[in-house]
Amino acid sequence: MKQFAAFVKKEFRHILRDHWTMIILLVLPILMVILFGYGISTEVKNTRFAVLDPSRDVVTQGIVNKLATSEYFILGDYLTSESQIEQCFTHSNYGLVLVFGNRFGEQIMDPDGVQIQLIADGSDPNTASILTTYASSLISLYAKELSKEDEKALLISPQVKLLFNPSMKNSFNTVPGIMGVIIILICALMTSVSLTREKEHGTMEVLLVSPMRPFLIIFSKMIPYFCISLVNLSTILLLSHYMLGVPIVGSFGLVVLISLIYIFVSLALGLFISTVAEKQIVALLISGAGLMLPVVYLSGMMFPLESMPVALQWFANIIPAKWFIIAMRNVMIKGLGITSVLREIIILVGMGSLIVFASIKRFKIRLE
Amino acid sequence: MTSIGTDKTTQQIGKVIWAENLCKKFGAFTAVDHISFEIEKGEIFGFLGANGAGKTTAMRMLTGLSKPTSGKGVVAGFDINTQSEQIKKNIGYMSQKFALYEDLKVWENIRLYAGIYGVPKKEIAPRTDDLLHRLGFEKEKDTLVKSLPLGWKQKLAFSVAIFHEPKIVFLDEPTGGVDPAARRNFWEMIYQAADRGITVFVTTHYMDEAEYCNRVSIMVDGRIDALDTPKNLKDQFNASTMDEVFHHLARKSTRNAD
Amino acid sequence: MNKNNCQLSTVNCHLISKSYGVVKALENISFEVEKGEIFGIIGPDGAGKTTLFRILTTLILADSGTATVDGRDVVKEYNEIRKHVGYMPGRFSLYQDLTVEENLDVFAKVFNTSIEENYHLIKDIYVQIEPFKKRRAGKLSGGMKQKLALCCALIHKPSVLFLDEPTTGVDPVSRKEFWEMLKRLKNEGITILVSTPYMDEAALCDRIALIQNGQFLKIETPENIVNQFAQELWTVKGVQMSKLLNDLRQYEHIRTCFAFGDTHHITLESNMSTVENLQDYLQTKGHLQVEIKPTKASIEDCFMELTFEKSESYD
Repeated sequence: MKQFAAFVKKEFRHILRDHWTMIILLVLPILMVILFGYGISTEVKNTRFAVLDPSRDVVTQGIVNKLATSEYFILGDYLTSESQIEQCFTHSNYGLVLVFGNRFGEQIMDPDGVQIQLIADGSDPNTASILTTYASSLISLYAKELSKEDEKALLISPQVKLLFNPSMKNSFNTVPGIMGVIIILICALMTSVSLTREKEHGTMEVLLVSPMRPFLIIFSKMIPYFCISLVNLSTILLLSHYMLGVPIVGSFGLVVLISLIYIFVSLALGLFISTVAEKQIVALLISGAGLMLPVVYLSGMMFPLESMPVALQWFANIIPAKWFIIAMRNVMIKGLGITSVLREIIILVGMGSLIVFASIKRFKIRLE
Repeated sequence: MTSIGTDKTTQQIGKVIWAENLCKKFGAFTAVDHISFEIEKGEIFGFLGANGAGKTTAMRMLTGLSKPTSGKGVVAGFDINTQSEQIKKNIGYMSQKFALYEDLKVWENIRLYAGIYGVPKKEIAPRTDDLLHRLGFEKEKDTLVKSLPLGWKQKLAFSVAIFHEPKIVFLDEPTGGVDPAARRNFWEMIYQAADRGITVFVTTHYMDEAEYCNRVSIMVDGRIDALDTPKNLKDQFNASTMDEVFHHLARKSTRNAD
Repeated sequence: MNKNNCQLSTVNCHLISKSYGVVKALENISFEVEKGEIFGIIGPDGAGKTTLFRILTTLILADSGTATVDGRDVVKEYNEIRKHVGYMPGRFSLYQDLTVEENLDVFAKVFNTSIEENYHLIKDIYVQIEPFKKRRAGKLSGGMKQKLALCCALIHKPSVLFLDEPTTGVDPVSRKEFWEMLKRLKNEGITILVSTPYMDEAALCDRIALIQNGQFLKIETPENIVNQFAQELWTVKGVQMSKLLNDLRQYEHIRTCFAFGDTHHITLESNMSTVENLQDYLQTKGHLQVEIKPTKASIEDCFMELTFEKSESYD
């Protein structure tokens, strides 16, 4: 145990003394979140929206005004029939269509509330999700204001419908995706380099001729990076919530739990890479470039897996990010409980254990 | 040749290296402490000193890699303070650590260095063949450098360093780890180069090699504490070998770490 | 060697061979090192010293042959060996970003011990670097690094110490200090295997093996190696040393001729020529004041002689 503790301490020292790497490790996730977030939020400003409003009453007028006066939306045409909706996206550059039901203003007093449909262009899911969320929050804001006047709780539940990509039902599906990519890349990068550095500097040669067991070396490398990852996780969550406005609908504890398991898998993956790679640069390339592509393309973060060839869909199953993203979407966005993500949790834990086991097995006890 | 100042030209004649009060400080630490010396054309000059005595720093200033904090110096006719680029073109350099590209073939290494030092294109091929012939390396022309024995690598590295016929060649521990016979072979090459008029500036940790030099300087704590022919140094310190001379001087060092 | 002696030997190497592709790094190496001995493996870079050390420290596997360290097999009982030997690789292999003290502490704990427990072993060496104990290892000078690396290899009181070229690139004064430390460790009963390319260090070992191209040329005490030098060795000194060397080489009955500091060392084909003949020859070549004296061989002479004999026997 003294062995292990001394080694963990040593790892912490390596990290804390390497200021530049430390800064990069901590700032990189912030930059990535901001970059994604900023990229998304600029696009939605001054988006034109159309309205299909058979009711034409005070409430619908109020909602339309609420949107039109916000900085995000500009009011375009009023439509006369549902058949015009698709044209809004295909022939004019509308970003959003608001569809009210008949006698909207009267139904709003119903205890069950009233529904309003938000239709967006699902072929650009990022923008679509942002737009519908902004619109939804503006509508709820309006509902709140209205409730205050009437001193009665009003319920307007916007129903989102995406044209051209109906499977993307919920907004902010991208944020769990971003988390999935950032965590796996940074974690794998950190650990894969740290073990290969010992090989390159020749210190591995001395460690091998010592009673230090492979699993101790591997676990002691994980601990400090696990701590850094915790810091990164909090910054990502804070930024997502406060900057990108992503709600954490489900249990916060569950979100953290899933993330921790995922961090463990990612760190283990990095260590596995470093048992294969002999040089830091190779480890960097494998964990950077080699992981980046499959994680971005096959995790379902950007492109729906359902539309991919079956072979790729199968391959996607071995990508930890896929399971993390599914679980996060379920908990963070949909607000589902632990039972809904049990499968994903089990898969991730299994993957992590397998990778750690493989790393210990692959760890070379000799120089060749 | 560019001269530094008319008052110095007379002194410089025949001097390939001329240094006066060269000084290099890193913060409060004086790595090289006012050293002065002159080296003649065709001389083999041994530059000795303990680890951390300041040899590397001094050599860097002379090869134009680092600017002195104070002091003057001329190498191959160029001012080390202002003409470092010209110096680099007119010297050869070889060290144990960096000599040749291991993953290039023998002839590719030669051509690369010839190109770097501006050897005229049409001369490269015949001179390469000539060099390989002299070294007896004709068969190894297409061999990767990494598969050559160490002694051969050193010989090749030295030949490459003087391929452009520099006025002076700097050798930084050229024979470390080489077997005794190859080490002697190497020194014979140094002699041949010196006979052709190339000045040789060499550092070594083998004290018997100090005997092969025309003159030897011994650095202690950033200063040159002794500079003379090996014979005179031995007489001066009443020693039978250069090893004893070195121990006598280096023992006085108060500098513990560099 | 009889059975009794075998039990005393700490390192036992039997017909070890190792190849990298077509290159034979080691060929049928056999030797024994007794307890408390300083055993030097002396030869140039690329002779196979590092390969041999790595096989004995269980870092690589030999292609054939067997070896034991401390009575344990290097292949089957590698885990036990790793607990009981100290190893200092040729390249500086400590953590450059950790301080002197921190490095020592890490290695002590890795071996399940503490600095205090075996402090007496490293005390003499450590006091020299103690003033810099807060300095990062990467910022130490060459000599200091070697001392720290030795401390780290010693901190668990190993029974055998493997030092792979500990003095390469180190100046003569620091090298001498280093060898004095090894002498003291030997007195503590530690067996030391040390390799070096510097022939002058051979005299400081109890026994040495001269190695060249993966083969041992000879295993003996330094005195015996020198005494067994079979040729008459002469020093030749003149005014123009460079020309003298060339002319000596031209002499028809010269056997070997090497520059050796301020003299040249030669051997003659003794039945063909005498020193007087040589003196006359050199005079005709214009060399005046030539001194030819008999001399005792050094290890370096022996090494070159053995290499020479070997190449002759191949021809």
